[in-house]
Amino acid sequence: MASTYNEKGTPSSATLSVRALHKSFGVLPVLKGIDLHVQRSEMVFVLGPSGSGKSTMLRCCNLLEEPDSGAILIEGDKLTGPGVDLNKMRQRIGMVFQSFNLYPHLSALGNVTLALRRVLKMPREQAESEAIAALTKVGLSNRAGHFPSQLSGGQQQRVAIARALALKPTVMLFDEPTSALDPELVGDVLDVMRDVKEQGMTMLVVSHEMKFARDAADRVVFMDGGVIVEQGPPEQIFGAPTQERTRTFLSRFHG
Amino acid sequence: MQMDMFLDQFLNQAVLVKYTPLILKGAGVTVLLSVLIVLTGLTLGAGLACLRAYRIKAFSFAIVIFADVLRALPPLVLILLAFFGLPNIGVVLSSFTVLFLVLSLVLAAFAEEIVWAGITATPKGQWEAARSTGLTFTQALCYVVLPQAVRMVIPPLTNRAIAITKMTALGMVIGVPDILGQATTAQSFSANASPLTLAAIAYVVIFLPLVIASRWLEQRFTQKGS
Ligand SMILES: Nc1ncnc2c1ncn2[C@@H]1O[C@H](COP(=O)(O)OP(=O)(O)OP(=O)(O)O)[C@@H](O)[C@H]1O
Ligand SMILES: [Mg+2]
Repeated sequence: MASTYNEKGTPSSATLSVRALHKSFGVLPVLKGIDLHVQRSEMVFVLGPSGSGKSTMLRCCNLLEEPDSGAILIEGDKLTGPGVDLNKMRQRIGMVFQSFNLYPHLSALGNVTLALRRVLKMPREQAESEAIAALTKVGLSNRAGHFPSQLSGGQQQRVAIARALALKPTVMLFDEPTSALDPELVGDVLDVMRDVKEQGMTMLVVSHEMKFARDAADRVVFMDGGVIVEQGPPEQIFGAPTQERTRTFLSRFHG
Repeated sequence: MQMDMFLDQFLNQAVLVKYTPLILKGAGVTVLLSVLIVLTGLTLGAGLACLRAYRIKAFSFAIVIFADVLRALPPLVLILLAFFGLPNIGVVLSSFTVLFLVLSLVLAAFAEEIVWAGITATPKGQWEAARSTGLTFTQALCYVVLPQAVRMVIPPLTNRAIAITKMTALGMVIGVPDILGQATTAQSFSANASPLTLAAIAYVVIFLPLVIASRWLEQRFTQKGS
């Protein structure tokens, strides 16, 4: 993870930088100084027990949660601070949620075109052809006219991925994208994520799909109690974790 | 014998024929008022609910006071206050205008509360998904949250709109020439209740389809609501 630092002290090659991130809910400190740099086209997996702050960290990365202190940078551009157009910055950060959060009153196509039309101000035809292209990437161009209620969970999540993908973000955040799915539908979503990665997307993924992490992740980060306990390539984290807490956590998954 | 008295009093053919044109004129006024009240009241109510979504303390406070007071007061009190009170401070409004304004505001107060309930019942994840794609707060509200909120509350909204438009009958007390206004005038001229029968028929003809439509809407939107 060697990275050069520019004059602002930013690791200039990092696509997403989280620096000294602190966040409390009331008196409960949830993030206690997170530093994480995700390089271009890297897929970083975040593991950790429930309540360790994984979602909170991810949500701080596009300011769905406001950090108490610290900084988030996308390609060196700060997300917080005076004069930052947050809505502009958010176009560069795609987010995929555990519960999909598709707009139920819009078709799959409408879900994808909304931001293209209203944020990027594309004319309808262009937005629709971009949306179809995104839906094609997730294998659902033939479901464009379907409403979320007419799609399976796995299909809904793929539409949600297309919705984020269509804005051509710099980085994509995934918060447990498969944990609301029936087991037989998980594979399709993971396949799409793998495709997205292969096309060079930078991805920060909170997930407990260990097998997928092993095959596809470039790096695995283990969080506990609001800090990063340990990180490294998947073979190292899964094969030879150095921290006791990591071992304890992983042993629950290996049985 | 009694049947004859009844028929003569409620269904006197001569009276019915004589006053049907007047009641029809009244029906025109009732329909016009109803349409204006529903359009104005629902738009204003939804607008206030949206304004409240910004959670600007002063606005929210004012909106809550407005909605609570107008929902608490009997509309007749407001109608009388406006019609007999406002001229004393130099504001003279026609009875039609008073009825329109008061009922529009009352409907707006109810609609605000109903739409607001829909907005707060829309899952937080909808806001988050919208904002995460770069939509502004206002865009997320208009394109994502409000359409869902309104869909969710269409049944209570329709019921309330019907209930309030029926109150156009209150216009009688300030001389609005709506169905009931015409009917009561006719009734006193003819010393016969048949014009009131006509009024009842006119109300049923106007409102029954709406009630049936609202039942249909209710079924449609409660099934799909989840
Ligand atoms: N909006 C909130 N208000 C108050 N407390 C919160 C809020 N969001 C999260 N928390 C608390 O912060 C802590 C970390 O939550 P977070 O959702 O980040 O954990 P997580 O690692 O994603 O857990 P899980 O694996 O269960 O999703 C938890 O104790 C949670 O109760
Ligand atoms: Mg979580």
